[in-house]
Amino acid sequence: MNGPLRLLHTSTFRLALVYMALFAASALVLVAFLYWATTGSILRQSDATIEAEVQGLAEQYRRRGTAGVASVVAERLRRDPSSPELYLLADFGLRPLAGNLSGWPAAQPGDGGWVEFTLEDRTQGAEAHRARGRVFALATGAHLLVGRDMYEIDRLSQRFLHAVGWGMGVTFLLALAGGAAMSRSTVRRIEAINRTSRRIMRGDLKQRIATDGTDDEFDQLADNLNRMLDRIAALMEGVRRVSDHIAHDLRTPLTRLRGKLERLRQSVRGDTALALADESLAETDRLLRLFAALLRIARSESGSRPRDETVELAALARDAVELYEASAEAKELALSFELAPGLTVRGDRDLLFQALANLLDNAVKYTPAQGTVRLRVAREADTATLVVEDSGPGIPAAARDGVVERFSRLDRDRGLPGEGLGLVLVDAVARQHGGALRLEDAGPGLRAVLALPIT
Amino acid sequence: MRVLIIEDDAEVAAFLSKGLREQGHTVDHADNRRDGLFLAAGEAYDALIVDRMLPAGGPRATRCEPTDGLAIVRTLRANGEDVPVVVLSALGEVDDRVAGLRAGGDDYLTKPFAMSELIARLDAVVRRRAGRGHEETVLRVADLELDRLKRTVTRGGARIELKPREFQLLEFLMQHGGQVVTRTMLLEGVWDYHFDPQTNVIDVHISRLRRKIDRPGAPALIHTLRGAGYALRASEPGAR
Repeated sequence: MNGPLRLLHTSTFRLALVYMALFAASALVLVAFLYWATTGSILRQSDATIEAEVQGLAEQYRRRGTAGVASVVAERLRRDPSSPELYLLADFGLRPLAGNLSGWPAAQPGDGGWVEFTLEDRTQGAEAHRARGRVFALATGAHLLVGRDMYEIDRLSQRFLHAVGWGMGVTFLLALAGGAAMSRSTVRRIEAINRTSRRIMRGDLKQRIATDGTDDEFDQLADNLNRMLDRIAALMEGVRRVSDHIAHDLRTPLTRLRGKLERLRQSVRGDTALALADESLAETDRLLRLFAALLRIARSESGSRPRDETVELAALARDAVELYEASAEAKELALSFELAPGLTVRGDRDLLFQALANLLDNAVKYTPAQGTVRLRVAREADTATLVVEDSGPGIPAAARDGVVERFSRLDRDRGLPGEGLGLVLVDAVARQHGGALRLEDAGPGLRAVLALPIT
Repeated sequence: MRVLIIEDDAEVAAFLSKGLREQGHTVDHADNRRDGLFLAAGEAYDALIVDRMLPAGGPRATRCEPTDGLAIVRTLRANGEDVPVVVLSALGEVDDRVAGLRAGGDDYLTKPFAMSELIARLDAVVRRRAGRGHEETVLRVADLELDRLKRTVTRGGARIELKPREFQLLEFLMQHGGQVVTRTMLLEGVWDYHFDPQTNVIDVHISRLRRKIDRPGAPALIHTLRGAGYALRASEPGAR
């Protein structure tokens, strides 16, 4: 995931979106209120003026009849010819008698005698003027219409809506951009923390998260994490020192024991005694190797950083194949390989070779005669894989997780040599190098995949 | 050969001294860093065996706090001493090994070790320092001949075809002609990897080589020494 898509998945950006939605809702309420308070009030006022005019003209009619109304209308229009006020007095056949409308509008009056119509003769540009008025039937059968050209009001409300629309649009765009920028800066800082954590998980305990000195909550988080790392590093160093001392303290007596056994072997005579001395030496060696392997695993697991050199996997694999070729041949196994050139990883050449050797060793050991062992070096996206596949009995799916635990061996293998530490070490080395060991079913057989990040 | 052992563990030191004396060497022993450095700088030794973790020694060292024996090696090298040094350690990690070699050690041996391994390695570093067995272009043991330039091998005049790795293996054995070569020495010297093979991979390679070199009828040249390693020599003296 990258770019804008990744941004969508950040919690900050989602928060910004939610915030924007809330803001939009409140802005809409505000705009509605403003509309009601401004344009709405003008409309109501206009209706009230018409109402008052109708009342006034009705009064005139009661006092002076149709002629009175006509003269008042004429007087009004004479005083202000361009007025938006509309008047029309018509006879019972709706023929105009007086006023500034050329004809009685075709629209039927609705509730309370209000009617809406268009003024064809006042058209400006393409748009016809909208008009609103009230009709009133006079006792003589004549009709009176008092109205108002709504053009100015309509234009005002249109402008208002336009302005509000643009304003809101720009606001939303700004909010969106602001949200994105805000989440990006947050994401960047969190990503910095993540990057460092990943490096630390790979075993580089010396890494620390950078702070930018603002002492904000991110700095405080980084500070706390750093202090935690210091503490962990100190503890690890302690463990390392303890294990070194244990190694020293336990290995020294073992060395003495082995020395004494060697001397014993030199001084005894007789086949039985010699055989016993040999067996004791072999047992001591087995114990020592076990101890060495355990110590090595503990070291790898403690996250100590491996030696950092560029290791060419194809060359490493070729050496390993060459080393095990003879053993495979002796067991009549077909050992084949397929090595993609040019894949390099950073790490410890000897440890990686040890891991690969352990995998090959297992494959050769567990595959029955005339079987096959295949070694492949390949690339999978950002990882290089060392794959060892055999035609042996494999490992049942349920037991696969368990075999990377110390001393775990399948019951059927109890009789074979080994201590059950081989895969544990491979797993530890893989993780020490930021990779992983996967065990899969090769149908039949076992496929062990050692995946390492490419440099 | 005159050898100085700098080792704080009295038992290990006694075991080393005895083993080396049996090989006909003269042995001195120091059990702390101060005395060790004093002896190493003052006397002429053919080889040094230095333990990595040592008490500092001297009047101030009341507590027996282990310090790095590599300091001795570094001091000696800084003073231009090029006496061969084998570093002993209970620390078996590659990092430590690299540190040991970088400090000026010629070889690094992890405790516990077999006496035979130590003797084999000590012989090898002393020989390497003396430059023996390295510049000759033709190596000979009995009627076996290995030409390093032409990359050919003959036994009793008859050409023997070897794969490149088999050639290297034989070359390494012949360079250490007569000496004991251990399995780990072979892994480091021929395969150039420092690791612990779980099974007898090296033995299989040796037996393949042996089938080509030691034909039936001819006297065996490649000998297996139980609990120690291999040796290439005309006959096996004192075979046990």
